[in-house]
Amino acid sequence: MAGIVSIENLRKSFGSHEVLRGISLEIQKGDLVCFIGRSGCGKSTLLRCINGLEILDEGSVTVVDQRLEHKKGEKIDPTEFEKKAQALRKNCGMVFQDFRLFPHLSLLDNIVCAQTIVKDTPKDEAIEKARQLLSKVGLAAHERKLPSQLSGGQSQRGAIARALALNPLVMLYDEPTSALDPELVDEVLQTMKQLDQDGMTQIAVTHEMRFARDASDYIVYMEEGLIVESGHSDQIFSEPKDERTKQFLRKFL
Amino acid sequence: MKFRGLTRLAAFVLASLSASLTHADTPIRWAADTESGAPFVFQDPKNPERLIGFEKEIIDGVAKRLGRPGQFVQNSWDGLVPGLERGNYDLIINGLEITEERKREIAFSTPYYITAQQLTVLKGTQGIASLEDCRGKKVGTLKFSLAHRMLEQFGGIEAVTYEAETNAYADLEHGRVTAVLIDAPIAQYLAKPNPKLELVGGPIGEILYGIGIRKNEPELVAQVNQALADMVRDGELRRIYDRYSLWNPLMAKAFKDPGPALEGPTMYEYFLNATQPNRSRTMGERLELYQSFLPILAKGAVTTLEISVAAMCVAVLFGLILALVRLYGPKPMQWLAITYVELIRGTPLLIQLFFIFYALPHLGLKLSPFFAAVLGLGLNYAASESENYRAGILGVPRAQSEAAAALGMGRRQTLRYIVLPQAIRIVIPPITNDFIALLKDSSLVSVITMVELTKLYGQLASTYYDFLGTGILVAGFYLLLGLPFVRLARWVEVRMSLQPGTQIDQERSWMGAARTRAFAWVRRPSQASE
Repeated sequence: MAGIVSIENLRKSFGSHEVLRGISLEIQKGDLVCFIGRSGCGKSTLLRCINGLEILDEGSVTVVDQRLEHKKGEKIDPTEFEKKAQALRKNCGMVFQDFRLFPHLSLLDNIVCAQTIVKDTPKDEAIEKARQLLSKVGLAAHERKLPSQLSGGQSQRGAIARALALNPLVMLYDEPTSALDPELVDEVLQTMKQLDQDGMTQIAVTHEMRFARDASDYIVYMEEGLIVESGHSDQIFSEPKDERTKQFLRKFL
Repeated sequence: MKFRGLTRLAAFVLASLSASLTHADTPIRWAADTESGAPFVFQDPKNPERLIGFEKEIIDGVAKRLGRPGQFVQNSWDGLVPGLERGNYDLIINGLEITEERKREIAFSTPYYITAQQLTVLKGTQGIASLEDCRGKKVGTLKFSLAHRMLEQFGGIEAVTYEAETNAYADLEHGRVTAVLIDAPIAQYLAKPNPKLELVGGPIGEILYGIGIRKNEPELVAQVNQALADMVRDGELRRIYDRYSLWNPLMAKAFKDPGPALEGPTMYEYFLNATQPNRSRTMGERLELYQSFLPILAKGAVTTLEISVAAMCVAVLFGLILALVRLYGPKPMQWLAITYVELIRGTPLLIQLFFIFYALPHLGLKLSPFFAAVLGLGLNYAASESENYRAGILGVPRAQSEAAAALGMGRRQTLRYIVLPQAIRIVIPPITNDFIALLKDSSLVSVITMVELTKLYGQLASTYYDFLGTGILVAGFYLLLGLPFVRLARWVEVRMSLQPGTQIDQERSWMGAARTRAFAWVRRPSQASE
């Protein structure tokens, strides 16, 4: 069955180094998917390809009804690609490891500007929506603060709220808790769990194995630019089929 | 502020346009440099707002006979001839010697004064009474003057040139030159009354002063000549020279008027009286004098401020366009912007001002002095502002643009809402710094007939022989002009701070500012300059 996100034979190189060597993957609506693997295995690049932050060398990515495609040997026009990617991003929310809130805007304005600039939402409407989202992620009391006045956990929850403000159908997380102090990790993961219960499709690159095991529906284990094994998280964590997956998980759990 | 500057610019454009439509009944505009202008055209030492001088009286007589009101235009001496050629005024009367070179550029009236060069030395100097005695020594004179040419052609003498006569005599007093060779009237007014100096030897050479007029106006030359002849015939010219004590044997011979003076040397005595006690003014007199300078300097300060603010508006807007073109424009436009920046940065501002004011009219673009000053300074500073902006834009982390793209913003939206607002914060301090520099560089526009603070300093200081006190006063004006902008920029910087609660935020109060800086200096001397 075709998923909400579908990736076919995706390849990507940086210079002579081939980071993704032919990835195919279907992601089902409403799932919380975790990409796991060692540093440098290509999981972050895969995530960035899903919303077109990297130009594909070959293969295709489809998110809902928008498709980025590139056939082997075809010449790439970056402007053209960027235009298509922009259309695709309408359905994707992205959260980065380093939060990337806009430092010159208050927390509230960060969430308001995303709506008014990208979607032309009227200001009052955008503010109302921003306040709803802030209380949802537990930051209602902090709306006037500048990003520099927020803790890492608060910033990341703010970034999630900002991405949600554009009504994405898929949320992408690039190591969302890696830059956080250990005691702040949980508040971000709780927010993601809550979104999962609301039925949001989420894809996270993560090193939080406990979170991957307990909260996610589907696991993709990668090594050297290829998917080694993927499946329901219960299956991957309790009875991994591949020897390499077993070894990797043994170290972490 | 910006808006008012633009209105002001528009007003000047209109004014300069209407000024170009001249008629016979319009004022006759005449130019001179009043800085150390005695006895030619200079500010009345007792009332700096009034112009006096024998040439002032001659030109008044000429204007009266032409039936046109006279209108004075200040220009620096170097710029007198180019200013005439570009049509800023109709006549030059400022001790302009009639020479073959100058006759190729402009036309002259018949001579209205004949004189010679005068050698001056420090009182008690032995063995210097002629140019011959000056071989192997340094002799001071005026830049671009006939005496300068004479010294160079004489050979063996090292000529030291000055912008202003008073500076030449001051250097003679300080022993930096052995002698000074300058037109006799100047020596009579500036050196003779000085007890430390001594006029030596007889008259050297012969100098003819003529009124400079554009070559394509033979009618005006004829009219001026007729007026001068009338003034000779009815004795007015003679009386002017008598009042200024400048009638000499050369004049008597040329104008066939060897008779006794028709009037006493009232103006010469007036000048001596007004300036002589300068050398030993009491504190009270000094303060009174400085007080009388204040309204004059305030006017100059307003001019300086108007030029600087308008020029900065041009620089800040055009600089931003340059930076954006250079970063995001199509390739040929990028190269154009780079070429512009390098060309402007690589050439002196003074040359650019001269070019805009004196060269562009040959290409059909004639700007008013104010507009030329604003454009010259503005276009120059735009080059450095564009580099500031570029550094600021590149200083915003790429991650920010990527985050904006991930939210679905286009390149333009990202630039406008995310990158530029952050870049502005980075560039406020260097731009403030540049504004202060521009405020001071605006002193250069005196070369294109603008009378601003620095020019007034030269005029007042040379009139009253008081470079020290007047200098401190003018420096104070510059500081006062710059300070509000430094404060304003600081305030904006704090208001726009991205990190409230840190050091910069504590500076919200002025007291806090002083305290924070003092402690910062104690704790981290390496970062004290912020």
